[in-house]
Amino acid sequence: MSVDAPAETLTVALVGNPNTGKSTLFNGLSGIRQKTGNYPGVTVEKKHGSFMHKGQKVTLIDLPGTYSLAPRSPDEMVTVDVLLGRQSDEAKPNAVLVIVDASNLERNLYIVSQVKELGLPTVVALNMSDIATRKGITIDTKKLKKRLGLPIVVTQAHRRDGLDKLRDTIVSLADRPGKQSDSPFPPEFCEKVDELHAKLQQENAETPRYLAERLLLDTSGYLEKELIGGGESLHDWINEAREELSKAGQPVPAIEAISRYQWVQKSLEGIVTREKVAEGSFTDRLDKILTNRVGGAIFFILIMTLMFQAVFSEAIAGNLTALIEGAFNQLADGIDAELPDGALKSLINDGVIAGVGGVLTFLPQICILFFFIAILEDCGYLSRAAYLMDRLFSKVGLSGKSFIPLLSSFGCAIPGIMAARVIENRRDRLITILVAPLMSCSARMPVYVLLTSAFIPPTTYLGGWIGLQTLVMLSMYLVGIFAAVCVAFILRKTILPGETPPFVMELPSYKFPSISGVLMVMLEKGWSFVRRAGTLIFAMSIVIWALSYFPRDEIAATAPFAEEVLTIQNKLATADPEEATKLEARLGVIQHTIDGQLLRGSFLGRAGQVIEPVVRPLGWDWKIGSAAIASFPAREVIISTMGVLYNLGSEQTEESVELKEKLQNVKWPESERNVFNVPVALSIMVFFALCAQCAATLAVIKRETNSWHWPIFTFTYMTVLAYLGAMITYQVSAAFLLN
Amino acid sequence: MAKLSQLPIGQEAVIASIDASSTAAVRLLEMGMTPGCHVKMIGSAPFGDPLEVEVRGYHLSLRKTEADLVEIEN
Repeated sequence: MSVDAPAETLTVALVGNPNTGKSTLFNGLSGIRQKTGNYPGVTVEKKHGSFMHKGQKVTLIDLPGTYSLAPRSPDEMVTVDVLLGRQSDEAKPNAVLVIVDASNLERNLYIVSQVKELGLPTVVALNMSDIATRKGITIDTKKLKKRLGLPIVVTQAHRRDGLDKLRDTIVSLADRPGKQSDSPFPPEFCEKVDELHAKLQQENAETPRYLAERLLLDTSGYLEKELIGGGESLHDWINEAREELSKAGQPVPAIEAISRYQWVQKSLEGIVTREKVAEGSFTDRLDKILTNRVGGAIFFILIMTLMFQAVFSEAIAGNLTALIEGAFNQLADGIDAELPDGALKSLINDGVIAGVGGVLTFLPQICILFFFIAILEDCGYLSRAAYLMDRLFSKVGLSGKSFIPLLSSFGCAIPGIMAARVIENRRDRLITILVAPLMSCSARMPVYVLLTSAFIPPTTYLGGWIGLQTLVMLSMYLVGIFAAVCVAFILRKTILPGETPPFVMELPSYKFPSISGVLMVMLEKGWSFVRRAGTLIFAMSIVIWALSYFPRDEIAATAPFAEEVLTIQNKLATADPEEATKLEARLGVIQHTIDGQLLRGSFLGRAGQVIEPVVRPLGWDWKIGSAAIASFPAREVIISTMGVLYNLGSEQTEESVELKEKLQNVKWPESERNVFNVPVALSIMVFFALCAQCAATLAVIKRETNSWHWPIFTFTYMTVLAYLGAMITYQVSAAFLLN
Repeated sequence: MAKLSQLPIGQEAVIASIDASSTAAVRLLEMGMTPGCHVKMIGSAPFGDPLEVEVRGYHLSLRKTEADLVEIEN
């Protein structure tokens, strides 16, 4: 698309500081018409929305929230490249929409001053005026419009106030040309930028002036490498220019903040009035409790406990899960009635429905978890949590910023690892990525839920407020956290040494969470889980089913027992009730043995038996070993694998209750000893808490670190850790509980 | 001249200068901690670090080591 031609679709880039309600505004403007993807080569999420207004189609590009358009890394460069029309897979924006926080205008206008220099038609959305009012701030919008020379629309994105007017203003920008505004920098600095711009244009006539300015200001060396690729003469020229400017009282890089904030202060003079609100603001008062030494820690633990109680509660999650289970049972029953016995029926019921259905029953819990995380983020508590946790994280050489990626990893390591992008420091980010999979994600929840509810007694303490099952599950989360702390510390001391990176971060005002925004996040995460269950886990369910079904020699398996079965069946006809029970029990044992024989002969069974000596110290039988191998693609697959492995009868419904009962009654071959007991259940849970059985996570690590080295490293260290952890758990708990 | 990290809780001061040679300092500048600007010490996290300050009407957190880069005058 050429820049000058009248655009059929208006492309508008949305920028702004974090915590300004940017995603709420984006969702409000574009509704459900959204597309997400990734920019090539970097790890910035590409998010598009669109809307029609008065016959004009508008595409909205949601750029990552940032305080400054000063790229110092490839990820930050994407935002600037998109705005300047240098991003090859993105149309050059026809206009920019900047969202600013009315309660925090001074700092928010910093980025506005940068956007103004891009020369694109710009509209300002003045958001969160309600919080400003609460803080006693009044803004003369009319005057501000004049001072900034930009159209301003007052919005309250969470109430959808002002969105129509904003759409009007955006559409009207289509006919307006962009104008170059006066630079906030002193003339000497501007001259240097112009000189540098001319030099850069000799190489590439398209180079925008804003990049020349950034090149002069960026002392980190990133842009020099990016734009001039080590051009010696230009490098020397830039250094000389900086020295000259420094002598003239315009030191680089401080001159940028000094000049821009001077411009901001001049623009706001007499426009913003602040009344002293009695007893400090709502945020201040709340903060006195929430970031207080004792109160903060107590509140933090309370919130986490509440979150996990809700996730595992019968009332909400339990009922929703039952609903999904019921639907899959009906489907399986229908197929059972319609199809003849054989490989196809087994594939659909034992493979697909058991696998995908079994995993989807955990969707309610995942949604509830993300619901809580989204609420905490929306309220502004997540930054406080990072602030509270920073000291702890800095002990292991990380910063409180790792808290959010690691917390998200409790939902799923994939968004968690991607959230680590906010950490500017590469080393810090790498360590966060490497330990993120140790956080117990929602995919472990099926394993925990199944094994705890089957083997841990439902004892409750404190009048029913805390259950033993909850405590066991909570301790699995703690195992992961403890391991992550140790690994991060060791990585810092060994292969990834270095200084602790900065922790300069805004602590946003508390605000009431936007319900629609929270629901949107929850649906988005839930859907991505369903998509994963629908594709990767679907495919894996089929593969695992095939591995456990083939090769299948039924005649060979049943032959040794054919005579005995016939004799028992004849005896049954005339037996008295007591004898009949015994005979039926014997028939059951025979059927188990036949099933076992068939499985032992399958590809999966053979692999499991090969590794049985290896998993025996963990208290496992070869089936658990097989299930662990089979769950390499995704942890939650262990449920469906165990379903297939232990549930080979004809009535195939992969209902969790049935699987639980099945597991409780599994015996070691030719003995009455149960395979599963509390130590084995704990050992499996610890193994899954620590192992790297998730192909998607490893793939994301590869993408985020851009090397195979790190996913291989992650898989190796986590598998060793999981094995040792499970062995210690089994041996210790068996010594205490079984004797 | 005193450092920002030494400012007692509840007290206000004016930023005199900032050592802009590190990334952390550039970040502080972008966040509005420019010379001449007022800054108020709000408090510290449970373990005494990081610090919470008020600058340009909003709250900012920074570590003690970062607050050491900022010189203040009372």
